[in-house]
Amino acid sequence: MTRTFAVIAILVLAGCGGDNATLPDSETGSQAGAASNTSGSSTGATTTGTGAMGGPNVVREMPGEGTGPLSRLVIYFDYDRSEIRSDFNSMLAAHGEYLATNNGAQVRLEGHADERGSREYNIGLGEQRAQAVRRILLLQGATASQLGTVSYGEERPAMSGSNDEAYSLNRRVELVYQ
Amino acid sequence: MRIRFLKPKITATALVCLLSALVVSKSFGQLRVEIRRGVERPVPMAIVPFSWDGFGSVSPFDVSGLVTADLVSSGRFVPMEVRDMVSLPSLPEDVRFQDWRISEVDYLVIGRVIEDSFDAYTIVFQLYDVLRGEPIVGYRLTASGAELRTASHRISDMIYEELTGLQGVFGTQIAYVSEQQEGGEARFRLIVSDADGANPIVVADSPDPLMSPAWSPDGRRIAYVSFEGSQSSVYIQTLRTGVRERVSARAGINGAPVFSPDGRYLALTLSRDEGNSDIYMLEIATQALTRLTQHSAIDTEAVWAPDGQSIYFTSGRAGGPQIYQVAARAGARAQRVTFEGSYNARPRISPGGDRLAVVHEDRGNYRIALVDPETGLTQVLSSGRQDESPSFAPNGALIIYASQEGGRGVLASVSTDGRIHQQIVSVAGQVREPAWSPFPRI
Repeated sequence: MTRTFAVIAILVLAGCGGDNATLPDSETGSQAGAASNTSGSSTGATTTGTGAMGGPNVVREMPGEGTGPLSRLVIYFDYDRSEIRSDFNSMLAAHGEYLATNNGAQVRLEGHADERGSREYNIGLGEQRAQAVRRILLLQGATASQLGTVSYGEERPAMSGSNDEAYSLNRRVELVYQ
Repeated sequence: MRIRFLKPKITATALVCLLSALVVSKSFGQLRVEIRRGVERPVPMAIVPFSWDGFGSVSPFDVSGLVTADLVSSGRFVPMEVRDMVSLPSLPEDVRFQDWRISEVDYLVIGRVIEDSFDAYTIVFQLYDVLRGEPIVGYRLTASGAELRTASHRISDMIYEELTGLQGVFGTQIAYVSEQQEGGEARFRLIVSDADGANPIVVADSPDPLMSPAWSPDGRRIAYVSFEGSQSSVYIQTLRTGVRERVSARAGINGAPVFSPDGRYLALTLSRDEGNSDIYMLEIATQALTRLTQHSAIDTEAVWAPDGQSIYFTSGRAGGPQIYQVAARAGARAQRVTFEGSYNARPRISPGGDRLAVVHEDRGNYRIALVDPETGLTQVLSSGRQDESPSFAPNGALIIYASQEGGRGVLASVSTDGRIHQQIVSVAGQVREPAWSPFPRI
C-alpha cells in the first residue's frame, strides 16, 4: 500500500518536471514539523502533487528512502541489552511521526540477537528489543494496530561470522514496512 | 522385527515399530560420526563377519559390519580387524577360544543371517567371554529386509548393555535443524535420522527459520517452532504420517516447546501482548493455558523434571541468565538452581533427574556443563567456543550438543563422565539444535 503510494508520488512529481526538494533532515528538531508539513491536509495518499501549482516541489520522504532519519531502518543494540541508544532517537522520532500521520502504514519490528548464548534466550532478547522500539513508536503517536513484532533471535544474522563486527551488526531491530 | 532370547531359551518376543520414511534426502544435512577421544583403555573384542545362508552370494545387509561400526563409535571398544582373525566361526561348535585368547580379545561375537523366505530374515548371534571360555548371551531376531538396519542396531544395543551395564542407544534417533544456502537463499530443514546419522528424513522444510525440536515421550511426535509467515508458531507433527497441528500462534513469541513426561502438556514460552517472555503450560487436547512464571525479565527454555511435578527454566531475572526451578502449577514460586558463573542457560534434565546439562559461560566461551540441581555444583564437559543446545541420550550416559568448527555448525557428543568425545559432521550445510529421541518402544 505505502509502496504503491511512493511510486505514484514519484511518478506524479516526475511528471511535473520541477526540482524535487527533499525535506530538511539533518537536524533532529526539524523532523516533526517537516513530516507534518508533507502530510499537510492529506489523510489519503494521493494529494501530494502540490508542485503542479507552481510552488516548490515537495517530495514526501518514505521510510527507507533518501538520506534522512526516515531512511534508516535498523536500530542497533549493545550486548545483552535492549535499551535504545540515544543516537537512534531522531530516527525513531521520524518513524513515529510518519506512522502517526499515515494511519494506513504498518510496520513489522523484527528483533535480532548476536549468536552468543542459547537460541531461545536470544529469541527473548530479540523480542525485548523489538518491544523497546515499539514502545517508543507508540509514544511518538503510532497506534498499536500499526505495529507488529517478531523476534528471530540469532536465526537470521545480518552478517555471518563469529567476530565483534558481525555481533554488533546482528544485535538489531529492523523496521519492515508492509 | 522379532527378537528372541536364546539362552536361557525363549523368554521374550518383541516388535519394533519403524518410522516409515516420509521423504528421504541423502544430500541435505546428512551426518557422519567421528570419534575424537575414547576411553583410555577400550575393551578389545572380535566381531566375526556373520555368515550368510540364503539366495544370492551375499547378505542384502552387512549386519556384523554395522554392529562393529556401532561399537567402535561408542568409544569403549576396539574391534579386531577381520584380516587378523585366525578363524571365522559362525556356529557355537566351531568356536575355539584358544584362537581368540592368543589374539588378546576379551569378547567374541559370532552370528548368522538366514533368509527364511522372500523378504524374511533371521539373525542369530552369540556373545562370548573369551577369557572364561563361556557364552554370555545369545539372541535370535527376525526382520524384513527394510528392518535389517534396525535389527543390527538392536544387536549392538544388546551387546553394549551386556558389557557395560548401560542400555544402548544405537537404535535411537536424533532430530536436528539444518541450514543450507540454496541459490543465495537460506533453506531450513528439520531432520530426523538414526543416532549414527543414517536414514535422514526431512520432517519440515522451509525458507523461514525452524527451531527447537522436542520429542514426545513416546517418540511418535515432534514439537518445533516455525517462522513461516513471518511470525513464530509452535507445531506438533506426527512423524509416521507427517500430519502436523499448529498448537500456538499467539502474538509475540511462541517458542521453546517441551512435552511433559506424560505427553499431555507442552511447556512453552509466550510473550503475548505485553511482549515479555514467560513460561506457560498448554494442555494439548484442550488448549487450556496455565501461566507458570510472571516476571519482567526473560523466562524461557523450560524442561520438565522426570516426575512432571516441576520445570527447570532459564531466567534473566538476576541480570544474566541463570537456571531456576518452579512447580508446574499456577502461582508457584521459582527457586534459583545455578550460582556458578555469570551465564547458565538452556537446561536439559538427565533421565534420572539428578543432573542438568546447561550452556555455561566459561571465560568468554560458551560450553556444555553438568550441574547438580541439589548443590549447584558445575562441571564443564565441552571445550568449544560456541557450544549450545545440550540433549541427553535416553540412557543418560551421553549428551549431544551443537558446536562450531571452522565457522560451521556441527554436532558433537560427550559422555557424561567426560571421557568420550565424538564429532558429528554434516555432509552439507550447517546443523544445530540436536534432540535425542527416547528409547524406541519395543
